[in-house]
Amino acid sequence: MSAQDAWSILPLLVLGSGLMLLLLVVAFFRGHFAAMVTSTLSLVAALVAAFLVADAPPRVVLHLLQNDGYTAFFNILFLLGGAITCVLAYRYLEGRRGELEEFYILTVIATIGAMIMGAATHFATFVLGLEILSISLYAMVAYPEEKHPPVEAALKYLVLSAVASTTMLFGMALIYNATGVMTFDNLATPENARLEVHLRVGQALLFTGIAFKLSLVPFHMWTPDVYQGAPAPVTGFIATVSKAAVFALLLRLAVTGDALSGPVVIYALTALALLSMIIGNVLALMQDNLKRLLAYSSIAHMGYLLIALIAVAELTDVEFVLASALIYLGAYTLMTLAAFGVVSVLSSAEAGDDAQQSDEYRGLFWRRPALATSLTTALLALMGMPLTAGFIGKFYLIAVGVQGSMWVLLWALIIGSAVSVYYYVKVIYAMTLDEAPAPYPHPERTTAGVAVVAALGVAVVAVGVYPSPLIEVVTAWLSGFGH
Amino acid sequence: MNLLALILLLLLGGIAAGVSSRWNKDAPRWVSLAVLIAATLWLASVWLQAEPGGLYAVTRLPWIPAFGISVYLEMDGLSIMLVGLTLVLGIVAVVSSWSEVDHRHGFFQFNVMWTLAGVVGVFTALDLFLFFVFWEVMLVPMYLLIAIWGHEARAHAAMKFFLFTQISGLLMLLAILSLVYLHYATSGTLSFDYKELLTADVAGPFGFWLMLGFFIAFVVKLPGVPFHTWLPDAHTQAPTAGSVILAGILLKTGAYGLIRFVVPLFPEAAMDFSWPAMVLGAASVVYGGYLAFSQNDFKRLVAYSSVSHMGFVLLGVFAANQVALQGAVMQMIAHGFSTAALFMMAGALQQRLHTRDMRKMGGLWMRAPRMGALTLFFVVASLGMPGLGNFVGEFLVLLGAFQVDIPVTVVAALGIVVAAVYGLILMQRSFQGTPAEDASPMADFGMREMSVMILLMVALVLLGVYPQPVFDLAAPAVEVLVGLAS
Repeated sequence: MSAQDAWSILPLLVLGSGLMLLLLVVAFFRGHFAAMVTSTLSLVAALVAAFLVADAPPRVVLHLLQNDGYTAFFNILFLLGGAITCVLAYRYLEGRRGELEEFYILTVIATIGAMIMGAATHFATFVLGLEILSISLYAMVAYPEEKHPPVEAALKYLVLSAVASTTMLFGMALIYNATGVMTFDNLATPENARLEVHLRVGQALLFTGIAFKLSLVPFHMWTPDVYQGAPAPVTGFIATVSKAAVFALLLRLAVTGDALSGPVVIYALTALALLSMIIGNVLALMQDNLKRLLAYSSIAHMGYLLIALIAVAELTDVEFVLASALIYLGAYTLMTLAAFGVVSVLSSAEAGDDAQQSDEYRGLFWRRPALATSLTTALLALMGMPLTAGFIGKFYLIAVGVQGSMWVLLWALIIGSAVSVYYYVKVIYAMTLDEAPAPYPHPERTTAGVAVVAALGVAVVAVGVYPSPLIEVVTAWLSGFGH
Repeated sequence: MNLLALILLLLLGGIAAGVSSRWNKDAPRWVSLAVLIAATLWLASVWLQAEPGGLYAVTRLPWIPAFGISVYLEMDGLSIMLVGLTLVLGIVAVVSSWSEVDHRHGFFQFNVMWTLAGVVGVFTALDLFLFFVFWEVMLVPMYLLIAIWGHEARAHAAMKFFLFTQISGLLMLLAILSLVYLHYATSGTLSFDYKELLTADVAGPFGFWLMLGFFIAFVVKLPGVPFHTWLPDAHTQAPTAGSVILAGILLKTGAYGLIRFVVPLFPEAAMDFSWPAMVLGAASVVYGGYLAFSQNDFKRLVAYSSVSHMGFVLLGVFAANQVALQGAVMQMIAHGFSTAALFMMAGALQQRLHTRDMRKMGGLWMRAPRMGALTLFFVVASLGMPGLGNFVGEFLVLLGAFQVDIPVTVVAALGIVVAAVYGLILMQRSFQGTPAEDASPMADFGMREMSVMILLMVALVLLGVYPQPVFDLAAPAVEVLVGLAS
């Protein structure tokens, strides 16, 4: 490995060193606050490193990891998500008995896994990143282990995730058998016609596994239960970093690996997208529980995002399609983290379930105006209201769909968004009600958490009001993609 | 004048009003009143200083160059009239809810001001992206006005309002993007600029579907039958200021959209569609009137009468000759004033009697003669008494439409008869007859209410006896339409 290689993967190296430091800190100065600060600072240091190497020329390191603007964008997204999760988790975990420091170690490891996935150009790094991320997540979900729901959620997540991983591995094996390559490079051409079947079955299995991870209908069953049971900061991490990592990988697989070519792949993806948009939104209508509601809404959002994936095969202007996916994922990450951030601030590992029943949000506008405003902003953004980041994302997707004449998917997007208005507005309405809430043991003011949530809300609005800087950066970073 | 500054003034005024409630609970309404009066004076000075017939203000700033989107605001004669209507009715809304709102004064005024800012944006934006942004943005504060300060069934009404507007807005967004990329594919220019898109080649069936996307969005807001069902609920449940803004201003955004966007952007498709659209207009006139007639709720009756009156606007726009279009514009302005007054009356009655049910009213004239006389005036205005603004509007629409389609016009003319029936029934059931024996004394209008009411009366009389300034202001926009339609 040359010095240039090392420079290319600087963010990973920085975060890896940070992890070592964190382990030492935990070994010698055991303390919740020290662990939180060390992990957050490591993530921020890696964030700075990610900005430093963003403009470096594209480079493949050891056939395994690609460093380019695309990687940089996702690194920044994941590191931001990881750092926010650490800050939100601090107050949340405080009430829990026993050791708390390991949570931050797990968060940092999970973020490393996500970063590897964002840079992966080889099946080996794909699996490595995915498993590093997933295995850390099982433990993070079950972290408040004295309570029943987190443990149940972790078990469900473990079993279904393992099934998905094995399905994917088998698919990779078949694809390798057919093509003889493991790098994301021309995965669509079998070595000879007899192996065509292997390739197609392999693709089907691979996409099935990915659909599980992205919780696309009909592979979505685990999502609401895991979202509901997991501690709120971890739910936010799963909904954003873990989903975005899988999507980053899928998109690279599709563009550089040409994995979408094949007669039925587009039809199958279209079907998944339609089902996710419609069923995700319709099931969200029936939820009275905010975490489950956001789970179903995230299913629908992944369905919207598939429009960008399908457009990779339909449109010639791949950079524009990629920009749409990146901007949508960026917006989705900000607004989803803001929503789960509010839930985290209102919840605690100490006692009872997280704040998630709609009754607990009654009158939030008058009790905690800053939190209610942030949650309203996040929900309006998820709805796609103009002047929020969510609208810019949706705008991009519709622009992509219109250019590709993907009318069926666009109608599903319109109908799905229309349905979603109802359940998001219902939550906003609950927050405006006067009725005093039932006495829930919510933690009192948490300045750091509130500040993070408010900053996310401001970011959602800032991107929505003046998206040009983000658009320019993303376009510039993507200009080297695939060359 | 910098139009962006006007919008920012309203937005910042809203924030200032919201914050000022921390010091004094009376401060917010004074702040918003002061801001609105300042904005109105500013607008009046612009109107008086500019040369007639030209543009009054233009603002153009880059926004999202990657998509050819700019902050492009422009105010011509039509826009300045509607912005003026917005600001004046904004003052009416603030005054009418002076003593009605009893909690969260700051947040209330914040929402009023932000709704008004959104509406001013809608009336001036000439970038389709920017237009859509304003179109959606005025929705959220209006939703909050209904949901927080509304009457008994506010949750349902507010949700219905939000859903109808949002769904139709999404259709419009899809149509806007399709139009832009259609233009991009043929001309190579990616732009959301209205004047650039006027040159887009939208002939053929695709153009028709795009036109329909815009048309539905605007007709939902107008509202025209069969998309009117959100209106009675929202108007009835909203607080008085909300009803005044909804009926007086928000409905006009739909009419404005038809005039500014549907016909100019898709002249051929719109003219092919003119007969169904005129039929919808006539149906709204008659059916809205019929529904108004069968209401027991004072406010709901006024709400349905709006459906009827806005039907004339739809009819006039799609008749698309000079007379009918001028009539439609006049009807927009006059209906804004007369309905705002009637909603204010409904709010005043509800505040005093704690009911809107006309079966529990009767003989109110004896108890509050000023309110009775004023109601009579505005009812008569709204049923189309010659000499008042509404008559000019409806008469011209019918005159123009008659040249295009006689049967439809005849049906629509029945609406005037129906208007007389429901208008007089409203008057008779609430203000005439004998008061109930146990009736407690009722406070009549004071200085504050009277001054606003007299302002509205003077406006309607002026429009009725000397409508020429309105015609002059609307002329450039109307001539463009007439030219495109023929």
